[in-house]
Amino acid sequence: MSHHTVEEIDAVAKKFFDELFPKKDELKVKDRIKIPTMEMPAQDPEERVCNLEEVAIGFTENEAVVEAMRCIQCPTHPCIDDCPVHIDVPLFIENIANYDFQGAVNVIKESSLLPSICGRVCPQESQCQKNCSVGKVFKDVDKAVGIGRLERFVADWERENGEVELPSVKPETGKKVAVVGSGPAGLVVAADVRREGHSVTIFEAFHKLGGVMRYGIPEFRLPNDIVDQEVDTLRKIGVEIKTNFVVGKTRTLTDLMEKDGYDAVFVGTGAGLPLFMGIDGENLIGVVSANEYLTRANLMRAFDREHADTPIYNSKVVAVLGGGNVAMDASRMAKRLGAEKVYIVYRRTELEMPARREEVLHAQEEGIEFLYLTNAKRILGDESGHVTQMECLKYELGEPDASGRRRPIAIEGSEFLLDVDTVIVAIGNGSNPLISHTTPGIKTNRWGNIIVDENQKTTLDKVYAGGDIVLGAATVILAMGEGRKAAKAINEQLEKEIEEEKQVVN
Amino acid sequence: MAKILHKEQLSENVFLMRLEAPLIAEERKAGQFIMLQIDLDYGERIPLTIADADKEEGSITIIYQVVGLTTDELSRMEVGDDIPVLVGPLGKPTHVENFGTVVCVGGGIGVAPLHPIAQAMKEAGNKVIIIMGARNKELMIMEEDMKKIADELIIVTDDGSYGRKALVTEPLKEICERPEKPDLAVAIGPPIMMKFCSKTTEPYNVPTVVSLNTIMVDGTGMCGGCRVNVGGEVKFVCVDGPEFDGHQVDFDNMMARLNSFKEIEQEKHKCYLDKIIEKKLADQKKEAKG
Repeated sequence: MSHHTVEEIDAVAKKFFDELFPKKDELKVKDRIKIPTMEMPAQDPEERVCNLEEVAIGFTENEAVVEAMRCIQCPTHPCIDDCPVHIDVPLFIENIANYDFQGAVNVIKESSLLPSICGRVCPQESQCQKNCSVGKVFKDVDKAVGIGRLERFVADWERENGEVELPSVKPETGKKVAVVGSGPAGLVVAADVRREGHSVTIFEAFHKLGGVMRYGIPEFRLPNDIVDQEVDTLRKIGVEIKTNFVVGKTRTLTDLMEKDGYDAVFVGTGAGLPLFMGIDGENLIGVVSANEYLTRANLMRAFDREHADTPIYNSKVVAVLGGGNVAMDASRMAKRLGAEKVYIVYRRTELEMPARREEVLHAQEEGIEFLYLTNAKRILGDESGHVTQMECLKYELGEPDASGRRRPIAIEGSEFLLDVDTVIVAIGNGSNPLISHTTPGIKTNRWGNIIVDENQKTTLDKVYAGGDIVLGAATVILAMGEGRKAAKAINEQLEKEIEEEKQVVN
Repeated sequence: MAKILHKEQLSENVFLMRLEAPLIAEERKAGQFIMLQIDLDYGERIPLTIADADKEEGSITIIYQVVGLTTDELSRMEVGDDIPVLVGPLGKPTHVENFGTVVCVGGGIGVAPLHPIAQAMKEAGNKVIIIMGARNKELMIMEEDMKKIADELIIVTDDGSYGRKALVTEPLKEICERPEKPDLAVAIGPPIMMKFCSKTTEPYNVPTVVSLNTIMVDGTGMCGGCRVNVGGEVKFVCVDGPEFDGHQVDFDNMMARLNSFKEIEQEKHKCYLDKIIEKKLADQKKEAKG
C-alpha cells in the first residue's frame, strides 16, 4: 500500500463532505453504506521509524464528519453494549455528523474520562466496532464505523481548542481516599471519588505518573503530553499526588488506613513481574523483558541516547517473543532505536494475535518481520555471554483449547536457527507481590491476582482493587471500567459512613 | 525529594551521605536498599544499600563508591542539595535471629551494607566475628563502627598495607576450621569476593548469605533486569532478594550480566567527563577574564 499524505486524504474527504453534508438529514441507510471508510492519516513509514512522534495523525474535520455519516444509527446499537464503559456511541457520532464536536465530547465524557487515551489505545475491533451493523453489512470488521478514530478526533479537538472543562467537585466531605498506582484504573478512581468531594491522594512508585501509559506504551502511540494533561486535570481539581512512594514498602497499606486515617484504599498497582519462557539461555546478555526494554526507552528516555543516562542495547537484529500490544510496541521501538532487522516470533497465526489490529498493520508497514507458528526453543550465546542466535521451533494449529483458540502444536524436528543479538520477551506478566505480601487479610488467587467481588472490593474491608492487579494483563479501557466500578463502590461506602456519622451526632 | 544533610569523604572514591527521608528511616530494616535518581528527566535509577538510619532525625545513611555517571554526579552534590528521586526501603530485610556465632565478611565498600546487618545480628544475641578486607589501607572504611560491634575483628588488605596481608577468604577458612565452627556467614562485597567466600564455606556446611547488587531499573519487580539464577531458578534481586543463599547463586552468570551495558556506559562516561572538563575550562577562562 502506498503512503497517502494528510492533504491527499483530506482532499478525498472534502469531496464527500461537500457532496453529502448539505443533504445529511436526507441520507438513507443505503446512501450511508456507500460512503467509504475514511483512511487514518499516518506518518510515512520510512520517516516515522526514525522518530518517536505519533504514528497515527488523526482525522481531519472533513474526515470525521464524513466517517460519522457512515453510522446508520441502528436501533440495536451493539457498540454501546460492547463498550466496557458503555459510551453512547450513536449519540456522540450523530453530534459529529452534525458538526457539533463539543456536544460529541460531552456525550463521551458522561461515561469515559480519558477519551483521548482510549481513542488511541482501545482494541476497538474487538469491542465497540466488533459487531457494528455497518461492518456486518460488509462482513468485514475493518469496514465498521471508525468509532475509536472519531473518539480520538473529538477529544483532540477539545484539547486543541482549549475548551476542556474541569469536572465539577462537590463540597469537601472530610473523607480521605488513597489511590495506589497512577495508571488508567487509578486515575479514573481518583477523578470519580474526588468529584464527590472526598480528598484523594495518589501514591505512585515512579517519579512520573501514568503507570503503563508512561513506562509501557511508547510516545509514538500515546504521546506523554496527553497523559500529562489528564494528570494535570486531576491536580487542578485538588487531587494530591505523591510520587516515589511504594505502598507496601515506604508505608504499608495497613498503616495508611490505621495510622494515616485513610477511609478507603484503591489498589491499582498493575501487572507486575515480567514472565520469562523458562528456556535455556534466557539469562544471556541481550535477553530482556519487554517491560525492561520499554521502561528504559520510555520512562527513562533511553531513546534519547545523547541526553539519557540510562543505557539501552545498540541492537542490530532483534527477536520479540509474543503477539500482544506490548510485543508490537517493543518491536517498533527497537526499529526506532536503530535495529536493522526485527522479528516478531509468535506461536499462532495472525488471526489469533491479541494485539490491536492497527498496531499490527503499522508494525508491518514499518518492516517488522512476522514469524507466525514459531516459538523460541533456546537462546545461544558466545563465550562472553552475549546472545548470538535463537533456536526456533515451527508449530501447527490443532484443536481449539479451553480459550476457544486453536492450540499450537510443535512440529518435531522443525528446529531452525535465527541470528539475533537481542531477544525481547513479551509474553505477559505475573502479579506484583509488594502489596499482597505486606497486607495481612488481602486474598489473592493462585496467580497472585487480588480477589475482588462484583464491586471491586477485596477481602479486606474498605480496600478495593482493579485493573491488571485483578485482571492479569488486560487493557487500558478494562482497567478504567474497573476503576469506575470501584469508585462507585467507594463513594457509596463513604456516603453511608457520612450518613451514619450524622445520625450519631443527632 | 531528599535533602542532603551531611556529606563525608571516606576514601579516595568513597563517600558517605545522610539524606532526609523520614518515612524510609522509619520503615527500613537491615539489608534493605533504596533507588536513587539525580535528574528527573534524563537520570538513571541506581540501587544503593541503606547503611544506617536515624528515626529521630528522619534520615538514612548511604555509602557509595564512585563507579558510574550517577555516583559521580552524586559525589559532586553538596549538603543542602536535593536529590529528586529517592525510593525505598526496597527488598526483603535480612533474616535476623540468634544463630549462635555469625561471621560477617565485608570487602571494600561492602562493609557499608554489612554494618547494619552485623549490628542487628549482635543485637539478636549472636557472637559476631567480623572480617574486613580492602585492596589497601586507604580503601578501608568504617573500622571504628565495626569495632564497636565485633566480638572479634580481623582486618586484611591485599597489599599488606594494613592488618594482615591476605584475601578475606583466608581468615574465613580458618574460622570455619575452628572446633566451634560458625553457624552462619554473611558476605558482602564485590561479586568475585562473594563467590569465593561461598566456595570457602561450602565444604564446611556453613550457611552463607550474600547480598547481591545487580542492574535494576525500577527496583520493584517490574523490569526483571536484576534476575539471577539461584539453585536453578530465576529470582529477582529486587523483590526476592537482595540476600540469597551464596551456595546456590550462579555467580558467573551474574557477573556476566553486570557487564551488560559496560561498553555503552564507558562511552557515556567518557562523554560525561569531557563535558565536565569543558565546563571547568570555560569557568577558568571566565575567571581569568573577570
